[in-house]
Amino acid sequence: MTHDEQVPSRPQESPDHRPRRRLATGDLARISVFAALIAVLGLPGAVNLLGNAVPITLQTFGVMLAGAVLGARRGALAIAVLLVLVAAGLPLLAGGRGGLGVFTGPSAGFLIGWLPGAAVVGWIAGNGDRTPGITRLLAACLAGGIGVVYLLGVPVQAAVTGLPLAKAWALSSIFVPGDLVKAVLASVVARGVFRAYPAAGGERAAAAKGRL
Amino acid sequence: MSGLTGAYVPGRSPLHRLGAGAKLLALALACTALVLLGSPIALGGAAVVVVLLYAVSGVGWAAGWAQVRPVRWFAVALFAVQALSAGLPVAVTSTLRMVLAVALAGLVTLTTRTAAMMACLERCLAPARFVGLDPFRLSLMLSLTVRSVPVVSRLATQVREAQRARGVEWSVRAFAVPLLISVLRHADTLGEALRTRGVDD
Repeated sequence: MTHDEQVPSRPQESPDHRPRRRLATGDLARISVFAALIAVLGLPGAVNLLGNAVPITLQTFGVMLAGAVLGARRGALAIAVLLVLVAAGLPLLAGGRGGLGVFTGPSAGFLIGWLPGAAVVGWIAGNGDRTPGITRLLAACLAGGIGVVYLLGVPVQAAVTGLPLAKAWALSSIFVPGDLVKAVLASVVARGVFRAYPAAGGERAAAAKGRL
Repeated sequence: MSGLTGAYVPGRSPLHRLGAGAKLLALALACTALVLLGSPIALGGAAVVVVLLYAVSGVGWAAGWAQVRPVRWFAVALFAVQALSAGLPVAVTSTLRMVLAVALAGLVTLTTRTAAMMACLERCLAPARFVGLDPFRLSLMLSLTVRSVPVVSRLATQVREAQRARGVEWSVRAFAVPLLISVLRHADTLGEALRTRGVDD
Protein backbone atom coordinates (compact mmCIF):
# COMPACT_ATOMS: atom_id res chain seq x y z
CA MET A 1 0.00 0.00 0.00
CA THR A 2 1.75 3.13 -1.16
CA HIS A 3 -0.92 5.28 0.46
CA ASP A 4 0.60 4.58 3.83
CA GLU A 5 3.77 6.39 2.84
CA GLN A 6 1.97 9.69 2.34
CA VAL A 7 2.79 12.26 4.96
CA PRO A 8 -0.35 13.35 6.79
CA SER A 9 -1.18 16.84 5.61
CA ARG A 10 -2.40 17.92 9.01
CA PRO A 11 0.25 18.79 11.60
CA GLN A 12 0.31 16.72 14.80
CA GLU A 13 -2.23 18.14 17.18
CA SER A 14 -1.16 18.78 20.72
CA PRO A 15 -3.11 16.82 23.34
CA ASP A 16 -4.70 19.97 24.77
CA HIS A 17 -6.57 20.71 21.58
CA ARG A 18 -8.45 17.42 21.49
CA PRO A 19 -12.05 17.31 22.62
CA ARG A 20 -12.09 16.48 26.31
CA ARG A 21 -14.17 13.32 26.27
CA ARG A 22 -12.59 11.83 23.17
CA LEU A 23 -10.82 8.52 23.60
CA ALA A 24 -7.25 9.05 22.40
CA THR A 25 -5.80 6.69 19.83
CA GLY A 26 -3.01 5.56 22.16
CA ASP A 27 -5.65 4.62 24.74
CA LEU A 28 -7.59 2.74 22.08
CA ALA A 29 -4.55 0.62 21.25
CA ARG A 30 -3.79 -0.08 24.91
CA ILE A 31 -7.38 -1.08 25.62
CA SER A 32 -7.45 -3.50 22.68
CA VAL A 33 -4.10 -5.10 23.45
CA PHE A 34 -4.98 -5.49 27.13
CA ALA A 35 -8.30 -7.11 26.28
CA ALA A 36 -6.30 -9.53 24.13
CA LEU A 37 -3.89 -10.10 27.03
CA ILE A 38 -6.74 -11.14 29.33
CA ALA A 39 -7.90 -13.58 26.65
CA VAL A 40 -4.38 -15.01 26.32
CA LEU A 41 -4.09 -15.46 30.09
CA GLY A 42 -7.01 -17.89 29.82
CA LEU A 43 -5.30 -20.03 27.20
CA PRO A 44 -3.30 -22.46 29.39
CA GLY A 45 -6.63 -23.94 30.39
CA ALA A 46 -8.88 -23.65 33.33
CA VAL A 47 -8.84 -25.79 36.43
CA ASN A 48 -12.43 -26.61 37.26
CA LEU A 49 -13.04 -27.38 40.90
CA LEU A 50 -15.65 -30.07 41.09
CA GLY A 51 -18.92 -28.58 42.16
CA ASN A 52 -18.48 -25.09 40.87
CA ALA A 53 -18.62 -23.87 37.31
CA VAL A 54 -16.50 -20.81 38.00
CA PRO A 55 -13.07 -21.95 36.85
CA ILE A 56 -9.78 -20.92 38.41
CA THR A 57 -7.82 -19.06 35.79
CA LEU A 58 -5.24 -16.35 35.43
CA GLN A 59 -7.91 -14.20 33.82
CA THR A 60 -8.96 -12.51 37.06
CA PHE A 61 -5.27 -11.72 37.52
CA GLY A 62 -5.43 -10.00 34.13
CA VAL A 63 -8.53 -8.08 35.18
CA MET A 64 -6.75 -6.70 38.25
CA LEU A 65 -3.71 -5.76 36.13
CA ALA A 66 -5.91 -4.04 33.55
CA GLY A 67 -7.38 -1.83 36.26
CA ALA A 68 -4.05 -1.16 37.96
CA VAL A 69 -2.03 -0.39 34.83
CA LEU A 70 -4.64 1.19 32.53
CA GLY A 71 -6.64 3.08 35.13
CA ALA A 72 -10.35 2.98 35.90
CA ARG A 73 -11.93 4.09 32.62
CA ARG A 74 -9.61 2.32 30.22
CA GLY A 75 -9.41 -0.78 32.38
CA ALA A 76 -13.18 -1.12 32.40
CA LEU A 77 -13.29 -0.49 28.65
CA ALA A 78 -10.79 -3.31 28.07
CA ILE A 79 -13.11 -5.65 29.98
CA ALA A 80 -16.11 -4.36 28.02
CA VAL A 81 -14.37 -5.04 24.70
CA LEU A 82 -13.49 -8.56 25.83
CA LEU A 83 -17.04 -9.28 26.99
CA VAL A 84 -18.57 -7.98 23.74
CA LEU A 85 -16.32 -10.32 21.74
CA VAL A 86 -17.24 -13.20 24.04
CA ALA A 87 -20.93 -12.41 23.60
CA ALA A 88 -20.41 -12.37 19.84
CA GLY A 89 -19.31 -16.00 20.12
CA LEU A 90 -15.50 -15.92 20.20
CA PRO A 91 -13.95 -18.48 22.59
CA LEU A 92 -11.86 -15.97 24.54
CA LEU A 93 -12.62 -17.10 28.09
CA ALA A 94 -10.56 -19.68 29.94
CA GLY A 95 -10.92 -23.18 28.56
CA GLY A 96 -12.14 -21.84 25.23
CA ARG A 97 -15.51 -20.77 26.61
CA GLY A 98 -17.48 -18.14 24.78
CA GLY A 99 -20.84 -17.32 23.30
CA LEU A 100 -23.98 -16.09 24.99
CA GLY A 101 -24.17 -19.17 27.20
CA VAL A 102 -21.65 -17.76 29.65
CA PHE A 103 -23.98 -14.80 30.25
CA THR A 104 -26.92 -17.00 31.21
CA GLY A 105 -24.83 -19.53 33.14
CA PRO A 106 -23.91 -19.62 36.84
CA SER A 107 -20.73 -17.56 36.48
CA ALA A 108 -22.39 -14.69 34.58
CA GLY A 109 -22.28 -12.34 37.55
CA PHE A 110 -18.56 -12.87 38.03
CA LEU A 111 -17.93 -11.95 34.40
CA ILE A 112 -20.10 -8.85 34.57
CA GLY A 113 -18.41 -8.06 37.89
CA TRP A 114 -15.06 -7.78 36.10
CA LEU A 115 -16.31 -4.51 34.62
CA PRO A 116 -16.86 -2.49 37.83
CA GLY A 117 -14.09 -4.59 39.40
CA ALA A 118 -11.41 -3.31 37.02
CA ALA A 119 -12.83 0.21 37.38
CA VAL A 120 -12.54 0.09 41.18
CA VAL A 121 -9.00 -1.33 40.99
CA GLY A 122 -8.02 1.55 38.71
CA TRP A 123 -9.84 4.11 40.80
CA ILE A 124 -8.13 3.12 44.04
CA ALA A 125 -4.73 2.57 42.44
CA GLY A 126 -4.80 5.85 40.55
CA ASN A 127 -6.36 7.93 43.28
CA GLY A 128 -3.12 9.24 44.73
CA ASP A 129 0.44 9.83 43.66
CA ARG A 130 1.49 9.08 40.11
CA THR A 131 2.90 5.62 40.64
CA PRO A 132 0.99 3.86 43.39
CA GLY A 133 2.87 2.03 46.13
CA ILE A 134 2.53 -1.66 46.84
CA THR A 135 0.04 -1.14 49.71
CA ARG A 136 -2.28 0.95 47.61
CA LEU A 137 -2.06 -1.55 44.74
CA LEU A 138 -2.82 -4.46 47.05
CA ALA A 139 -5.79 -2.62 48.54
CA ALA A 140 -7.03 -1.87 45.03
CA CYS A 141 -6.74 -5.48 43.86
CA LEU A 142 -8.45 -6.81 46.99
CA ALA A 143 -11.33 -4.33 46.89
CA GLY A 144 -11.90 -4.26 43.13
CA GLY A 145 -10.61 -7.59 41.92
CA ILE A 146 -12.14 -9.65 44.72
CA GLY A 147 -14.66 -7.55 46.67
CA VAL A 148 -16.60 -6.05 43.80
CA VAL A 149 -16.44 -9.20 41.65
CA TYR A 150 -17.81 -11.45 44.39
CA LEU A 151 -20.40 -8.87 45.45
CA LEU A 152 -21.87 -9.13 41.96
CA GLY A 153 -21.03 -12.72 41.16
CA VAL A 154 -22.45 -14.51 44.17
CA PRO A 155 -25.95 -12.94 44.19
CA VAL A 156 -26.28 -13.51 40.45
CA GLN A 157 -25.23 -17.14 40.91
CA ALA A 158 -27.81 -17.50 43.66
CA ALA A 159 -30.46 -15.99 41.39
CA VAL A 160 -29.57 -18.13 38.37
CA THR A 161 -29.47 -21.38 40.33
CA GLY A 162 -32.16 -20.72 42.92
CA LEU A 163 -29.72 -21.54 45.70
CA PRO A 164 -30.05 -19.65 48.99
CA LEU A 165 -27.56 -16.77 49.17
CA ALA A 166 -25.67 -18.32 52.09
CA LYS A 167 -25.10 -21.55 50.15
CA ALA A 168 -23.92 -19.64 47.11
CA TRP A 169 -21.41 -17.78 49.30
CA ALA A 170 -20.22 -21.08 50.73
CA LEU A 171 -19.79 -22.57 47.23
CA SER A 172 -17.84 -19.56 46.01
CA SER A 173 -15.63 -19.30 49.08
CA ILE A 174 -13.41 -22.13 47.74
CA PHE A 175 -12.08 -19.62 45.24
CA VAL A 176 -11.18 -16.92 47.75
CA PRO A 177 -7.71 -18.30 48.69
CA GLY A 178 -6.70 -18.55 45.03
CA ASP A 179 -7.98 -15.06 44.35
CA LEU A 180 -6.08 -13.69 47.36
CA VAL A 181 -2.87 -15.13 45.92
CA LYS A 182 -3.73 -13.58 42.56
CA ALA A 183 -4.37 -10.17 44.17
CA VAL A 184 -0.96 -10.26 45.88
CA LEU A 185 0.75 -11.32 42.64
CA ALA A 186 -1.10 -8.69 40.60
CA SER A 187 -0.01 -5.88 42.92
CA VAL A 188 3.62 -7.09 42.96
CA VAL A 189 3.60 -7.37 39.16
CA ALA A 190 1.93 -3.98 38.67
CA ARG A 191 4.54 -2.40 40.93
CA GLY A 192 7.28 -4.07 38.89
CA VAL A 193 5.77 -2.79 35.65
CA PHE A 194 5.55 0.80 36.92
CA ARG A 195 9.20 0.57 37.97
CA ALA A 196 10.55 -1.00 34.79
CA TYR A 197 8.43 0.90 32.26
CA PRO A 198 7.84 4.43 33.49
CA ALA A 199 5.70 5.19 30.43
CA ALA A 200 3.09 2.86 31.94
CA GLY A 201 2.39 5.40 34.66
CA GLY A 202 3.61 8.47 32.82
CA GLU A 203 1.03 8.39 30.09
CA ARG A 204 -1.60 7.63 32.64
CA ALA A 205 -0.68 10.73 34.62
CA ALA A 206 -0.95 12.70 31.40
CA ALA A 207 -4.30 11.12 30.70
CA ALA A 208 -5.52 11.99 34.18
CA LYS A 209 -4.67 15.62 33.60
CA GLY A 210 -5.98 15.88 30.06
CA ARG A 211 -8.73 13.55 29.04
CA LEU A 212 -9.82 11.20 31.75
CA MET B 1 -10.93 -14.05 11.28
CA SER B 2 -7.20 -14.62 11.91
CA GLY B 3 -7.40 -18.05 13.45
CA LEU B 4 -10.17 -17.22 15.87
CA THR B 5 -13.56 -18.55 15.00
CA GLY B 6 -16.79 -18.61 16.90
CA ALA B 7 -18.98 -21.64 17.42
CA TYR B 8 -21.21 -20.80 14.45
CA VAL B 9 -22.55 -23.83 12.59
CA PRO B 10 -23.60 -22.94 9.02
CA GLY B 11 -27.13 -23.82 8.06
CA ARG B 12 -30.32 -22.66 6.36
CA SER B 13 -32.89 -23.23 9.09
CA PRO B 14 -35.45 -20.54 10.08
CA LEU B 15 -33.31 -19.93 13.17
CA HIS B 16 -30.28 -19.21 11.02
CA ARG B 17 -32.24 -16.74 8.89
CA LEU B 18 -33.64 -14.81 11.85
CA GLY B 19 -31.81 -11.54 12.57
CA ALA B 20 -29.27 -11.39 15.39
CA GLY B 21 -31.20 -8.64 17.20
CA ALA B 22 -34.44 -10.62 17.06
CA LYS B 23 -32.70 -13.69 18.45
CA LEU B 24 -31.11 -11.69 21.28
CA LEU B 25 -34.49 -10.24 22.21
CA ALA B 26 -36.11 -13.67 22.05
CA LEU B 27 -33.36 -15.07 24.26
CA ALA B 28 -33.95 -12.37 26.86
CA LEU B 29 -37.69 -13.09 26.83
CA ALA B 30 -37.14 -16.86 27.01
CA CYS B 31 -34.80 -16.54 29.99
CA THR B 32 -37.36 -14.37 31.76
CA ALA B 33 -40.01 -16.99 31.05
CA LEU B 34 -37.74 -19.70 32.47
CA VAL B 35 -37.45 -17.77 35.73
CA LEU B 36 -41.22 -17.39 35.90
CA LEU B 37 -41.93 -21.11 35.32
CA GLY B 38 -42.16 -22.71 38.72
CA SER B 39 -43.16 -26.36 38.44
CA PRO B 40 -41.10 -29.32 37.22
CA ILE B 41 -43.80 -30.10 34.64
CA ALA B 42 -43.70 -26.60 33.15
CA LEU B 43 -39.93 -26.76 32.92
CA GLY B 44 -40.16 -30.22 31.41
CA GLY B 45 -42.34 -28.65 28.71
CA ALA B 46 -39.73 -25.94 28.23
CA ALA B 47 -37.08 -28.63 27.87
CA VAL B 48 -39.11 -30.26 25.09
CA VAL B 49 -39.39 -26.88 23.35
CA VAL B 50 -35.62 -26.36 23.58
CA VAL B 51 -34.94 -29.84 22.18
CA LEU B 52 -37.37 -29.13 19.32
CA LEU B 53 -35.63 -25.82 18.60
CA TYR B 54 -32.30 -27.63 18.41
CA ALA B 55 -33.84 -30.19 16.07
CA VAL B 56 -35.24 -27.43 13.82
CA SER B 57 -31.90 -25.60 13.74
CA GLY B 58 -30.05 -28.69 12.54
CA VAL B 59 -26.81 -27.73 14.31
CA GLY B 60 -26.32 -31.27 15.55
CA TRP B 61 -26.39 -32.66 19.05
CA ALA B 62 -22.60 -32.60 19.46
CA ALA B 63 -22.56 -28.83 18.95
CA GLY B 64 -25.39 -28.47 21.46
CA TRP B 65 -23.58 -30.59 24.04
CA ALA B 66 -20.43 -28.48 23.58
CA GLN B 67 -22.46 -25.45 24.68
CA VAL B 68 -23.86 -27.10 27.83
CA ARG B 69 -20.72 -29.08 28.70
CA PRO B 70 -18.98 -26.31 30.71
CA VAL B 71 -21.79 -26.28 33.30
CA ARG B 72 -22.22 -30.07 33.58
CA TRP B 73 -20.47 -30.48 36.94
CA PHE B 74 -22.13 -27.42 38.31
CA ALA B 75 -25.50 -28.88 37.29
CA VAL B 76 -24.73 -32.15 39.08
CA ALA B 77 -23.63 -30.34 42.24
CA LEU B 78 -26.60 -27.99 42.15
CA PHE B 79 -28.98 -30.93 41.77
CA ALA B 80 -27.38 -32.75 44.71
CA VAL B 81 -27.38 -29.73 47.01
CA GLN B 82 -30.97 -28.80 46.18
CA ALA B 83 -32.23 -32.38 46.39
CA LEU B 84 -30.76 -32.77 49.87
CA SER B 85 -31.82 -29.40 51.23
CA ALA B 86 -35.00 -28.43 49.39
CA GLY B 87 -36.40 -31.65 47.97
CA LEU B 88 -36.53 -33.29 44.56
CA PRO B 89 -39.03 -30.94 42.77
CA VAL B 90 -36.95 -27.85 43.58
CA ALA B 91 -33.79 -29.66 42.53
CA VAL B 92 -35.31 -30.61 39.16
CA THR B 93 -36.68 -27.10 38.57
CA SER B 94 -33.55 -25.14 39.40
CA THR B 95 -31.18 -27.48 37.56
CA LEU B 96 -33.37 -27.61 34.45
CA ARG B 97 -33.81 -23.84 34.50
CA MET B 98 -30.08 -23.24 34.53
CA VAL B 99 -29.22 -25.85 31.90
CA LEU B 100 -32.02 -24.68 29.59
CA ALA B 101 -30.92 -21.03 29.82
CA VAL B 102 -27.38 -22.02 28.87
CA ALA B 103 -28.64 -24.27 26.06
CA LEU B 104 -30.87 -21.53 24.61
CA ALA B 105 -28.09 -18.95 24.70
CA GLY B 106 -25.83 -21.51 23.07
CA LEU B 107 -28.38 -22.04 20.33
CA VAL B 108 -28.35 -18.32 19.51
CA THR B 109 -24.54 -18.43 19.35
CA LEU B 110 -24.57 -21.57 17.17
CA THR B 111 -27.01 -20.14 14.63
CA THR B 112 -25.62 -16.59 14.37
CA ARG B 113 -22.48 -15.63 12.50
CA THR B 114 -19.88 -13.97 14.72
CA ALA B 115 -19.75 -10.98 12.39
CA ALA B 116 -23.54 -10.55 12.45
CA MET B 117 -23.65 -10.76 16.24
CA MET B 118 -20.79 -8.28 16.51
CA ALA B 119 -22.55 -5.85 14.19
CA CYS B 120 -25.70 -6.16 16.28
CA LEU B 121 -23.82 -5.60 19.55
CA GLU B 122 -22.07 -2.59 18.03
CA ARG B 123 -25.47 -1.10 17.21
CA CYS B 124 -26.63 -1.78 20.77
CA LEU B 125 -23.51 0.00 22.04
CA ALA B 126 -24.10 3.12 19.92
CA PRO B 127 -24.89 5.18 23.07
CA ALA B 128 -21.22 4.74 24.00
CA ARG B 129 -20.51 7.75 21.82
CA PHE B 130 -21.50 9.87 24.80
CA VAL B 131 -18.39 8.67 26.64
CA GLY B 132 -16.14 9.47 23.70
CA LEU B 133 -16.51 6.24 21.75
CA ASP B 134 -17.96 6.77 18.32
CA PRO B 135 -19.04 3.65 16.36
CA PHE B 136 -15.92 3.76 14.19
CA ARG B 137 -13.59 3.67 17.19
CA LEU B 138 -15.66 0.96 18.82
CA SER B 139 -15.46 -1.38 15.85
CA LEU B 140 -11.80 -0.55 15.34
CA MET B 141 -11.16 -1.51 18.95
CA LEU B 142 -13.05 -4.80 18.59
CA SER B 143 -11.17 -5.84 15.47
CA LEU B 144 -7.83 -4.69 16.93
CA THR B 145 -8.47 -6.94 19.92
CA VAL B 146 -9.21 -9.96 17.74
CA ARG B 147 -6.05 -9.24 15.77
CA SER B 148 -3.99 -8.78 18.96
CA VAL B 149 -4.80 -12.17 20.48
CA PRO B 150 -2.28 -14.10 18.34
CA VAL B 151 0.28 -11.30 18.77
CA VAL B 152 0.02 -11.31 22.57
CA SER B 153 0.01 -15.09 22.54
CA ARG B 154 3.31 -15.04 20.65
CA LEU B 155 4.75 -12.51 23.12
CA ALA B 156 3.71 -14.81 25.97
CA THR B 157 5.48 -17.77 24.35
CA GLN B 158 8.65 -15.71 23.92
CA VAL B 159 8.60 -14.68 27.58
CA ARG B 160 8.03 -18.30 28.59
CA GLU B 161 11.09 -19.36 26.62
CA ALA B 162 13.20 -16.58 28.10
CA GLN B 163 12.03 -17.66 31.55
CA ARG B 164 13.09 -21.22 30.90
CA ALA B 165 16.48 -20.01 29.71
CA ARG B 166 16.89 -17.95 32.87
CA GLY B 167 15.92 -20.91 35.05
CA VAL B 168 13.04 -19.07 36.74
CA GLU B 169 10.29 -21.15 35.22
CA TRP B 170 7.98 -21.03 38.21
CA SER B 171 8.17 -17.35 39.04
CA VAL B 172 4.96 -15.53 38.15
CA ARG B 173 6.81 -12.25 38.49
CA ALA B 174 9.44 -13.28 35.94
CA PHE B 175 6.60 -14.13 33.57
CA ALA B 176 4.11 -11.33 34.06
CA VAL B 177 6.37 -8.28 34.36
CA PRO B 178 8.23 -8.82 31.05
CA LEU B 179 4.99 -9.87 29.37
CA LEU B 180 3.15 -6.75 30.52
CA ILE B 181 6.00 -4.51 29.45
CA SER B 182 6.21 -6.04 25.99
CA VAL B 183 2.41 -5.84 25.74
CA LEU B 184 2.43 -2.14 26.68
CA ARG B 185 5.28 -1.50 24.26
CA HIS B 186 3.39 -3.25 21.49
CA ALA B 187 0.26 -1.23 22.30
CA ASP B 188 2.15 2.06 22.26
CA THR B 189 3.75 1.20 18.91
CA LEU B 190 0.32 0.26 17.60
CA GLY B 191 -1.03 3.61 18.82
CA GLU B 192 1.77 5.43 17.00
CA ALA B 193 1.04 3.48 13.83
CA LEU B 194 -2.68 4.33 14.03
CA ARG B 195 -1.87 7.99 14.64
CA THR B 196 0.43 8.22 11.61
CA ARG B 197 -2.36 6.71 9.52
CA GLY B 198 -4.68 9.49 10.59
CA VAL B 199 -6.94 7.72 13.09
CA ASP B 200 -6.45 10.55 15.53
CA ASP B 201 -8.52 13.11 13.58
